[in-house]
Amino acid sequence: MELFVFLAAGGACIVGALGVVLNANPVHAALSLVGTLFGIAVLFVAQEANFLAAVQVIVYAGAIVVLFLFVIMLLGVDRSEDLSIEPLGGGHRVAAGIVGLAVLALPLLAMHSTEWEVTGARAQPGDPNLVDRGTPDVAQLGESLFTTYLFAFEVTSVLLVIAVVGAVVLARKVKRAEYVDDPLLSSATENVDEQVDA
Amino acid sequence: MMLAVAEVTPAWYLILGSILFSIGAVGLLVRRNPLVMFMCVELMLNAVTLTFVTFSRMLNDVDGQTVVVFVLVVAAAEVVVGLGIIVALLRKLPTATADDINVLKG
Repeated sequence: MELFVFLAAGGACIVGALGVVLNANPVHAALSLVGTLFGIAVLFVAQEANFLAAVQVIVYAGAIVVLFLFVIMLLGVDRSEDLSIEPLGGGHRVAAGIVGLAVLALPLLAMHSTEWEVTGARAQPGDPNLVDRGTPDVAQLGESLFTTYLFAFEVTSVLLVIAVVGAVVLARKVKRAEYVDDPLLSSATENVDEQVDA
Repeated sequence: MMLAVAEVTPAWYLILGSILFSIGAVGLLVRRNPLVMFMCVELMLNAVTLTFVTFSRMLNDVDGQTVVVFVLVVAAAEVVVGLGIIVALLRKLPTATADDINVLKG
């Protein structure tokens, strides 16, 4: 049963990942991303991380991908690109393939060196981070988050505030007077200004 | 040898994570559309979270899952800021690719 679940979800992950890289249309790439994210969520369930699977679907498929699609539609960049021109051609593509194989080979060699077994310190009875199969994973995750990792949790709230403020600053419309004086930007924005005036 | 066994070992999950990570890395290197490059970064982040959950299960250690929560939060913040930058950029240069973002070049 786990084999079937793994093959189905893993297949969805890899097909989705290839779709993100190979699709010429950004909208199709974003929809392929949903396939990968959903496959990962299924694999989370298969590994008894039920809460994380729910969060994965809600946050990634429900918020992040929708945000991607929103931006694609907002900017009107949903046309297909010419993939023979758009990705870096020729030697760059070969070089990227070599780098990708190297990135893949490194963890595989590391796993081969331990004969495909997970080594490392297992949590011992009495440790606060020991997984107790009897209690739900939400309870254990919450306890870990609000005791051991309380400081890190508080810091993430600061991070989120910074992200919100940063997004507002970045995305608001710049008043024209602010950038016309800038020689680097004014040349780049000239055409857009003409379109706006017309 | 290992694949002949019809039982899912943790190594399978780790291998899948490695494959997803390298696909994301290649996509990041090959594509020039900033939005698609961003999606490739999300792929790589997801490969890492899958690996964390696998180790969490294998080592009976809930810390791996806690890390995934933090990765999710950071990914959400990263997407908000990154898409803000992309909106600001593409509003001025609607056909911009990653190659055109060179104003900071010395």
